[in-house]
Amino acid sequence: MSTAIPSVQRSAEGRLVERHWQEMLFKRRLYTWGGIFGLAVILAASLWFANETNAGKFFDRLPHFFDFIGDLIPRSGAEIWRAMFDLPSPYADGSLKYNYPDGRFYLTENIYVPEYVYKMIETINIALVATLIGFTFGFLLCFLAARNLTTRRWLRFFVRRFMELLRAFPEIVIAGFFLAILSLGPIPAVIAVAIHTIGALGKMFFEVVENADMRPEEGLRASGGNWVERVWFGIVPQVMPNFLSYALLRFKINVRASTIIGAVGGGGIGETLRLSISRGHEAKTLAIIILLFATIVAVDQISAHLRKRLVGNQAFEFGRGG
Amino acid sequence: MNNLSASAVEEIASRHQAVFKRPFVERWRAPFIGLVIIAYLFFAWSLFGIGEAFRNGNWNIAGNYLADWVSYEARPDIEYDGDYLDVEFPRFSPLGKNPDPAWLKKTTEIVEREVVVDAGAGIGTETSTRSKVNSFMVPGAPGTQEGGTDSAASSFMAPGTEKPVEDDNTAPETRTVSESVVTRVEIAVGSAKVEIVPRQVSVDYRGETLLIDVVPEQSVTARAELPEWASQREAGGDILMRFGFSGTVEVESDEVKVRHRFFGWENFWFDTRSPFWGKSFSEVVGLVFSGDRIDPAKSNAALAWNNILYNAEWQHADVWIKLLQTIVMAFVGTLFATILAFPLSFIAARNITPNRLVNQLFKRAFDFLRCVDMLIWALFFTRAFGPGPLAGISAIFFTDTGTLGKLYSEALENIDDRQREGIRSVGAAPVLVQRYGVVPQVLPVFASQSLYFWESNTRSATIIGAVGAGGIGLKLWEAMRTNADWENVAYMVVLILATVFIFDNISNAIRSRLMGRDRSES
Repeated sequence: MSTAIPSVQRSAEGRLVERHWQEMLFKRRLYTWGGIFGLAVILAASLWFANETNAGKFFDRLPHFFDFIGDLIPRSGAEIWRAMFDLPSPYADGSLKYNYPDGRFYLTENIYVPEYVYKMIETINIALVATLIGFTFGFLLCFLAARNLTTRRWLRFFVRRFMELLRAFPEIVIAGFFLAILSLGPIPAVIAVAIHTIGALGKMFFEVVENADMRPEEGLRASGGNWVERVWFGIVPQVMPNFLSYALLRFKINVRASTIIGAVGGGGIGETLRLSISRGHEAKTLAIIILLFATIVAVDQISAHLRKRLVGNQAFEFGRGG
Repeated sequence: MNNLSASAVEEIASRHQAVFKRPFVERWRAPFIGLVIIAYLFFAWSLFGIGEAFRNGNWNIAGNYLADWVSYEARPDIEYDGDYLDVEFPRFSPLGKNPDPAWLKKTTEIVEREVVVDAGAGIGTETSTRSKVNSFMVPGAPGTQEGGTDSAASSFMAPGTEKPVEDDNTAPETRTVSESVVTRVEIAVGSAKVEIVPRQVSVDYRGETLLIDVVPEQSVTARAELPEWASQREAGGDILMRFGFSGTVEVESDEVKVRHRFFGWENFWFDTRSPFWGKSFSEVVGLVFSGDRIDPAKSNAALAWNNILYNAEWQHADVWIKLLQTIVMAFVGTLFATILAFPLSFIAARNITPNRLVNQLFKRAFDFLRCVDMLIWALFFTRAFGPGPLAGISAIFFTDTGTLGKLYSEALENIDDRQREGIRSVGAAPVLVQRYGVVPQVLPVFASQSLYFWESNTRSATIIGAVGAGGIGLKLWEAMRTNADWENVAYMVVLILATVFIFDNISNAIRSRLMGRDRSES
């Protein structure tokens, strides 16, 4: 916008101030436009590179962009529910493709859990166990990383770097390694997600601990409490609501993470989804997506609700990778 | 503390009822939740079959796999060949073609062998003058009895040749040649000394000496009781000796398998086919700067660079391209998501666009994009674009448009309205009201959130890559699937960790400048 009102007569000092301001403005604009230009150049180079190294070229494949919607149109609407609840299909032709009841997981003679619901429950359990493990170890480690509780610099440094390593280590490698040892099953996924969770929760936890009120701790110190007592009775009660709230946030993230890990071989709904998409079975794919969507929305809502009860309306929607 | 009388204690307790007499529910809630969690963990233990999986786990291999991250093995096999030994390295040994390492000492002898030459078929058969045993035939094997001229023995020969039998030097044409044969092999595996001569192996390790007799093709027997570092599954079966990190030696009835482990990444720069292979750093530098051209078509520097990039074992060029793809995916995906979410969030924010229906419509759209997981988008776009970074970019773009749109519109709903009012009161157009009344307030928050997601996407781009959405994820997954290339996995992990570290720091630095406070503390 227009920068100055030129008609005003200024004193010498006024002109100096004006000139200085103009210079600053110029510099700022230079930085802004330079930054935007630099970003545009990097973006263009990135896009070119992505297009060059992709299997299909962008403009050749663009007409197919919404092909996936075609992958989602089943033969009839009712097929989706049949696939989701493992009901017999009228299209059954003896092959596995439409043999939905085949995947039923029988609890008793007559009561069964549909395959995808069972897989979904498995994925949620993976996330839950991983969150519990992560919470436990993150809880144990975070006090050692907090500046106000651990005076030894080297220990703090070491614990923080350790948590960073756990956080940054690619989950897929941990999952792949344990897959090689333990063979197929949900355990590699649990371990991979749990290890990441320890690092992510540990970091959030120690930031909470560092912001804790130190007066209860001081009181305990004055009456001769040792370190563990001071932490347990002085710090833990005040940080616990925040810890739980972060754990709930993590649980929500972990449900997604365990789905993804599942897709690369960790079992659960992710693997089923990947197989279903690659086999091009519309009804099954859609059934899984609806199930997954519903679960994620439900978990989001529950976790948001519980967090609101725990810590009020604090906004820490932040943090997904952590 | 001990000086308090009973009445004083009572008095304190009655003054602080809230502390000493808490309601039952409040008192037992925490232990109850703890119990529920423990019960749940037991349930999960059985649901996932954790105990069984860990018992059946292949823990021996786990050690090997872990060691493979930072070391490599040389795997010579010493085969018994009658009275002599044959040292053989696998075809793609990390030690290159025809290796002769210092830790494996061969004692050779010149012997005269009679080579049976069959004039017709041109196939030679050797008999040794030092031994009555035909080197092709092993004593005890079927068809090697004295004078055995049956068909079983003749299967060694080409059809139509007369069969030479022991003590029967009347074969068509014989020639005597001198050749050098290995009669004794000494191997140092770490601190262990293994000495192999035909029909006997002796091992020195930790001050103990183990003598093993080998009857070729039949049995392996130790002369004394096995020390704890050696094991044998059944009497007469193979004996496996473990020498810690340095490796293992397995004595079998027909060969000795040596697995000698060395620390480090072998052939990291040049593979064994490269002319620079096995040369020291100074030699390579010398060749690059002053040596004659090895390949007349290009300079030595270009050749060396080319050899490094296309190193068959480490595939540097491919790994780097894939890593760059991952970085590009996170960057472009987040940037596009930011660019799209920015205007949309203004429409979704209640206080900026006073139309409830439109607000709700956009907010639900954000929720939809966000809750259909990145994985699902990745799988779909892999089908649309084929495997590669475009799929990853699109997946991150779709998911993060939802997430960022939601966060942005929440930030917009929490702004200070007075600035807007001020701009409006001087008669600015609606767009200018947003530009000067809203954007300056939210821009640092927006930028900071985008940076945060950029950083987090750099990590998650690795994993969606594994389902085919481009980047290093798939390469990692392939390297792990074979279970033989853990050193390549380690290499990629190091690269990923370094990348994540660098981008964390860049994003943190920009963020702390934007937010005007120092976030970094070690």
